[in-house]
Amino acid sequence: MADLAHEQTMDLGHPEHESTGVDNRKLGMWAFLSSEFLFFGALISNYLLYSNRPGFAGVYPSEIYDIPFTSVSSFVLLMSSLTMVLAHNALSRNDQGGTRTWLFATAALGSVFLGGQVFEFTEFITLHDMKLTTNPAASAFYLLTGFHGTHVAIGVIMLLSLWGISRRQGELSEKHGMNLELVGLYWHFVDIIWIVIFTVVYLLSVPPV
Amino acid sequence: MTATAERPTTTIFRRPSSTTGIWSWLTTVDHKRIGIMYGYAAFFFFLIGGIEALLLRIQLAQANSEFLTAGAYNALFTMHGTTMIFLFVMPASAAFMNYLLPLLIGARDVAFPRLNALSWWIFFFGAIFLYSTFFFGTSAAPVGVDGVGGIDGNLAAGGGPGSFNFLADSPDGGWFGYQPNAGPLYSSGTAMDYWALGLQIIGLASLVSSVNFVVTVLNLRAKGMRLLRMPVFAWMTTVTSFLLLFSLPIIAVALFMVTFDRQFGSLFFAASNGGDPILWQHLFWLFGHPEVYILILPAMGIVSEILPTFSRKPLFGYSAVVFAGAAIAFLGFGVWAHHMFASGITPVAQAAFGLATMTIAIPTGIKIFNWLGTMWMGRIHLDTPMLFAIGFVAMFTIGGLSGVTHAVVPSDWQQTDTYYIVAHFHYVLFGGAIFGLFGGLYYWFPKISGRTMNETLGKVHFWLMMLGFNLTFAPMHWLGLQGMVRRTWKYAPETGLEPWNVAVTIGAFIIALSVLIFMFNWFTSRRRGRPSGLDPWDARTVEWMTPNPTPEYNFAVPPVVTRLDHFWHLKYDQDAEGRAARKADADEIIARIEHEQLNPAAPIHLPNPSYFPLVAALGLPTMFYGIIYHDALWAKALIGVGAIITLAALIGWGMEPLEEPHEGHEDHELDEELELAPGDGHDG
Amino acid sequence: MPPSWVKLFGGLESPYDAEPMPRSRQRVARLGALIGAAVLLGACSFIGIEDAPLTTFEPAGPFAEKIDNLFWPVFWIATGVFVLVEGAILVAVFLFRDRGRDGEAKQLHGSPKLEVLWTVIPALILAGIAVPTTAAVFDLTECGSDAIEIQVTGHQWWFEYHYPEAGFDTANVMVIPAGEEVCARMTSDDVIHNFWIPALNGKRYLIPGQTTELRLQADEPGEYWGHCAEFCGLSHSLMRARVLAVTPAEYEAWLSAQQGGAPVPVEGTPEWDGFQVFQAKGCTQCHTVRLEDESMSLVVAEDAFNGPELTHFASRSVFAGAILPEEGQSRVDALRQWLSDPPNTKPGSFMPNLALTQQEIDSLIVWLDSNE
Repeated sequence: MADLAHEQTMDLGHPEHESTGVDNRKLGMWAFLSSEFLFFGALISNYLLYSNRPGFAGVYPSEIYDIPFTSVSSFVLLMSSLTMVLAHNALSRNDQGGTRTWLFATAALGSVFLGGQVFEFTEFITLHDMKLTTNPAASAFYLLTGFHGTHVAIGVIMLLSLWGISRRQGELSEKHGMNLELVGLYWHFVDIIWIVIFTVVYLLSVPPV
Repeated sequence: MTATAERPTTTIFRRPSSTTGIWSWLTTVDHKRIGIMYGYAAFFFFLIGGIEALLLRIQLAQANSEFLTAGAYNALFTMHGTTMIFLFVMPASAAFMNYLLPLLIGARDVAFPRLNALSWWIFFFGAIFLYSTFFFGTSAAPVGVDGVGGIDGNLAAGGGPGSFNFLADSPDGGWFGYQPNAGPLYSSGTAMDYWALGLQIIGLASLVSSVNFVVTVLNLRAKGMRLLRMPVFAWMTTVTSFLLLFSLPIIAVALFMVTFDRQFGSLFFAASNGGDPILWQHLFWLFGHPEVYILILPAMGIVSEILPTFSRKPLFGYSAVVFAGAAIAFLGFGVWAHHMFASGITPVAQAAFGLATMTIAIPTGIKIFNWLGTMWMGRIHLDTPMLFAIGFVAMFTIGGLSGVTHAVVPSDWQQTDTYYIVAHFHYVLFGGAIFGLFGGLYYWFPKISGRTMNETLGKVHFWLMMLGFNLTFAPMHWLGLQGMVRRTWKYAPETGLEPWNVAVTIGAFIIALSVLIFMFNWFTSRRRGRPSGLDPWDARTVEWMTPNPTPEYNFAVPPVVTRLDHFWHLKYDQDAEGRAARKADADEIIARIEHEQLNPAAPIHLPNPSYFPLVAALGLPTMFYGIIYHDALWAKALIGVGAIITLAALIGWGMEPLEEPHEGHEDHELDEELELAPGDGHDG
Repeated sequence: MPPSWVKLFGGLESPYDAEPMPRSRQRVARLGALIGAAVLLGACSFIGIEDAPLTTFEPAGPFAEKIDNLFWPVFWIATGVFVLVEGAILVAVFLFRDRGRDGEAKQLHGSPKLEVLWTVIPALILAGIAVPTTAAVFDLTECGSDAIEIQVTGHQWWFEYHYPEAGFDTANVMVIPAGEEVCARMTSDDVIHNFWIPALNGKRYLIPGQTTELRLQADEPGEYWGHCAEFCGLSHSLMRARVLAVTPAEYEAWLSAQQGGAPVPVEGTPEWDGFQVFQAKGCTQCHTVRLEDESMSLVVAEDAFNGPELTHFASRSVFAGAILPEEGQSRVDALRQWLSDPPNTKPGSFMPNLALTQQEIDSLIVWLDSNE
């Protein structure tokens, strides 16, 4: 495929030194993700600003984190990055069956993570009475983790679409091969953001003294 | 494009195929048509925003005037700012970028044509959503800090003295939406929800475009069009796109916080529950200041194209101008708190942000001096585009200088929130951005019409606008320093501000008159203007190497660029003294180019039109209407319907190839096909 | 052929097809137009040059003075740059207009020397401005240790002043001793406001849940106008302020007068009637009035919705957010206007239209204006 791309660009009068040589869609995804970094950067800063401000009514998120539980679900999400790499690797070897398996595994791990988040939210709300409306720290926590969860959910939908296309067509064509790379980029991004959230928001965050 | 064969050849719907009529516009993926639609929509909102301004000025022409009610006044200044920034200058710049970016870098379209259509339709529906607040929005009197106060019937019938109170049911928290005034307690109707969610939609449109433009610039440049050979407008488009990429997510977060506060009871800005209203200001201006450069940099790019052409000299200090633009953008992220010098931030922060703000004057100065250097020793032709470009430099300088006076922090404590600031940013955004945009319209009008605009009317337009503009905004400096605060519905006669306000109002109507003349000129010149030929201005850059009006395929033969101002160097040599010398066969060269570009050697395949961008964009406002009224069952259903519309459109989009298979696509020798990506970026 | 002055403005025809004018006539026409423009500008600057009550150009105390002293040098530097740049534009257009005689332009691409020059010179000028700016920021921000504290609370749409040492509240008119520094410690009860007395200092926000400080000092006794400068809702334009600077002796007298309560009216007098209306019509829900007989004082709870305290209402020159009385309006007329329909004067006012009769209004006015 790389050869083909080269040939095409030469034919069309675009020697490589005038363009980046990176596929348009991949470059677009990078540009989009650079924007997403700032989106989560703002959400995380917002949480840090409120997480240990004294004097709020109700509980602070950092008082009720279940670190062992979240560690497990974080590990699950981390593993999904591994399975994503395996899916990508399988496709590059043209192992269509392997690709499908690893795609499904990635989506499944993502779903497990989402399930964990739903469980966590439910516990926080029912057991600890920490709602979106409890205090600004709680609002910031739910906004941040909620938007991250939404990103994971969108990722799962994209993974399952690819899996479905692969099942229906028996293989992932070159076009969808690029799609797999794009979804992979997105998925790794979402995982990296979670690692930051888990470290900064869960592990390092302390309630006000 | 071997990949084409593997694409499914059938989709659920029959693919749109009309090339004329309304459907061709609704389904187009042609960057030029999208640019034109952006342009007309932006101009429409320019007129709306202008009418809002005129109503404000009628109110202020008289002390203690009761022409408008307080509510109507507040709504009008809120919508005037919001409209002019988000619905006029941004989409007008987007119009130029869409139409011109591929032409300037010698490409046949942007990197993702359908994504381009998507961003236009998202913008269009976002604008309609925002303006539908005039029909559906409500704006209630404040409910007071503890829910006390706000006794029913507080607003006298008709909302207090004045007329036009029906306008009051629209966003009234200012374009800056300061919390908690624009929050759930103090703006309790739905109008500010329309504002917050409307901006969210419009922001998404800009985000999608900027991804598209960044990739276009990086990957679709013509052969030989190295980055430092790109026209400055292409550069400023790139810089602006990066600014958008990095600033929009911040306002998106801030607007989500407001929406959650207003809709779902979160407490981000609720001071009574420990929320910090100043956080909103930090987030807003962390976006808002780069936004100022998002508004001005494209116009600076336009001016950097016009000045060399009409001075018949290269742009002085090309790389300095480009890097100064990038430097302005970079520094623009470090100065946001200068909008908040009165907010009681620490003196260290005030001093630091004051100094940072001053440093922006340096790259701005570099630009201005280089523009002067471009004119200096030139052979200046004062056609209308040039008049506007010179007007830009002259007026923007004034705005820049008053800007330096706010960087002097203690001075700013006096000036902030007064008409002095209003004067300052109108000199930058009207004297700057809008003059630049008008210059661009006159300059590139031949590219869409094949004709030039009437020069006489153009000059009348320019001088009237120049006169009206200065009569409107120059006295505002004085008004501000005489203590006229901003956003003021009434002022007392004994403040002595009235005579100056009369002058300002007269100026505003002169501007309106000049805009009417422009419109007359535009529409008559489209039909009866003088045919422009390929090169009406003896121009320098490659967008003029294709016939006017631009053919659908842009270039039959993409230019192979050898240097900056490629087109000029095809026509001109230099003599021993370094003077330009027109080549003997320049006219033949132009004629040959025109012939080549009009007669493609082989059929050129362009991306097919598509319904899906339109439909996908339609889902968003549908969902957002649902969010505003989310308590009701029908609204919950509406959210679902919107989500399904968008999802379905995206699935259809994914299944639809960018181009339908066509004969001969295997033949690489003849394949003149546009090298769009091997697909389309529907994931982004 | 258009008149010759038109040429100055680029001419009406496209320069490509215009016939060149004789050179001497062009020069004369241009010169004439320039002089005309200068005269016009000069004339403009003399109309209404008289400073308004909210002007920033008549500092009345050391803090505003300091800002003023900082503004003018920067203004003149900016004016210098303005003349330079705009002059260069005019000269360029004048000298380098293509008259079709001089052949093509030299194709200059730039000059690294010039680039360095016009980077370094502005940087040096800005550095020169930065030093006094930074010094002034630190000078002006923190209140002096012996400053008199007055607590300012912003409300939609009026300012409340609390004198912590003397322990009373007043509204709309802040009384300060001339020649002494006052430290305004400010917060807001609802939205963000911005306290601004141009003659005394710049602006500072009043933020709900936070406290900000502003230094104020008037050198001479006098009345200084102010305004809320941050958009704060429907009647932002009607949220005004006054600062009354008095001699220290008058200030002490004023303080002790304000500390006491208002006299309890004698039954049967017109004041008594007004006092009764005040209580019967629900004014006491929002307005505190302390009386000489403290047991009879009408006090609104801290956490309830508060209107201005009215104990010494008659001692204030202005009311209703310092918007009334208007120029030329008698105090009684202004009070009638206000009491008959507050939201009609100040849209969105939390003080409702209580549908008072003319007689009730007159009684109220008599009583309110008896409380010096």
